[in-house]
Amino acid sequence: MKSETRKIISDGLWNNNPIFRQVLGICSTLAVTNLLANTVVMCVALIFTLSLSAATVSMLRRFTPRNIRMMVETLIIAFYVIVVDLVLKAYWPEMSTNLGPYVGLIITNCIVMGRCEACGNINPPAHSFLDGLFNALGYSFVLLIIATIRELFGMGTFLGYPMPYFSGPYWDKWIVMVAPPGAFFTLAVVTWVFRSFEIRRENKSK
Amino acid sequence: MNLGPEISQAFIVCISAVFTQNILLAYFLGLCPFLGVSREVKTATGLGLAVIFVLTSTCMLNWLVYHYILVLLGLEFFRFILFIIIIAAFVQLVEMVLDRYSPFLYQKLGVFLPLITVNCAILGASLFMVIRDYSFIVTIGYGFGSGLGWFLAIMAMAGIRQKLANDRIPQGLQGPGITLIIAGLMALAFMGFSGVLQGR
Repeated sequence: MKSETRKIISDGLWNNNPIFRQVLGICSTLAVTNLLANTVVMCVALIFTLSLSAATVSMLRRFTPRNIRMMVETLIIAFYVIVVDLVLKAYWPEMSTNLGPYVGLIITNCIVMGRCEACGNINPPAHSFLDGLFNALGYSFVLLIIATIRELFGMGTFLGYPMPYFSGPYWDKWIVMVAPPGAFFTLAVVTWVFRSFEIRRENKSK
Repeated sequence: MNLGPEISQAFIVCISAVFTQNILLAYFLGLCPFLGVSREVKTATGLGLAVIFVLTSTCMLNWLVYHYILVLLGLEFFRFILFIIIIAAFVQLVEMVLDRYSPFLYQKLGVFLPLITVNCAILGASLFMVIRDYSFIVTIGYGFGSGLGWFLAIMAMAGIRQKLANDRIPQGLQGPGITLIIAGLMALAFMGFSGVLQGR
C-alpha cells in the first residue's frame, strides 16, 4: 500500500505530469497565468474539483451504466464547478469577475475528465482521490512557475508587490509576457526544460 | 424594429472574433485538439469545419435557452450544466442526422464530432456570450466568427507543422513544445490585427 501511494504521488507530480507529459487541460488555465494571484485561485479551484470529482466518480462507478458514463462524469464535475463558482461569487466577487468564464471552463478541462476516465472509473474512492489530488498538484506547480515568470518579467511584480530589480528603471518591462503570446512561449520553454531533464535521466539509465 | 445597427455590430464582433480576439490565440480555448489534431491539413480542415458549424449553432441555441428559460426562472447559476448538456445533445443529434442522410459528410466530419463535446472553445464561446451580454443577432456573428477564427488558426498550424516534419528540432522541444512556440508566434501575428478595429 505504501509503495502504491508513493507511485501515485510521483506519477502525478512528475513522471506523468498533466502538463508536460500528458499535455492535457492547459486550455482554461493558461489564460489566467498573467497574474500569480489569479493562478493561485484557479489552481485551488482545480485541486478541489479534480480530487472530489474523481472520488465521486469512483464511488458511483458500480451504479453508472457504461454508455452514459461520460455524461454522468460531466454532471458530477459540473456540480463541483458550480459550487466553486458560487462560493467565489459570494465571498470574492472581484476575483470572480477577473477570472470571467474560466472557472466555468474547468468543466471541459480535459485533465479533469481524463483522470475521471483513466482512474476514477476503475479504482476505489481513496485511490482515485489521491490520484486526482496529486495530478492537480502536479498541474498547479507548473502553472505557478509559469505565472511567476510571466508576472515578474511582464509587470515587475510578485503577487502584486513590486520586486527590487524588475520594477526599477533598469528593467524594461516585457509587455509581451502578460499578453497572450507570452503564455505560449513560457509554457513552451517550461515544457522544454522539464522534458530535457527527463531525457537526460533516461539516457543515463540506459 | 430597426435591425441595421444590430447587424453592423454583429459584423464587427464577427471580424474581431476572427482576428483580434481569436478564441484560440487570445483566449486559449480549444488548445487540446489544437495541439493534438494539427499534424495534417486534411484532418485539421475536417475538425475546423465541424467546429465552425457546432459553435455557431450551439451559441444560438444556448442564447435562446439562457434568455427564455434560465433568466425567466432565475436559475442563471444552472447554465454550466444546461449548456454542456445542450452541446452534447446537439453534437449527438448532428452525428445521427449525418449518419442517416449524408454519408459523405459523415465520413468527412463524423469522426471529429465526439471530440467536439469536450472542446472548451464551444462552451467558452457560450459563456463569453452570456458574460458580454450579446443580443441574439450579435451572438450569431460572434459564434460564427469564433468558429472561423479557430478554423483559420488550426489550418495555419497544420500547414506549418507539415513543413516542419523534416526539420531537426531539439529532442525536448519535439511535439507540444515546438507547437506552442509556433502558436505564440501566430498569436503575435494576430495581435498585429488589433489596429484594424481601433476606435470601436
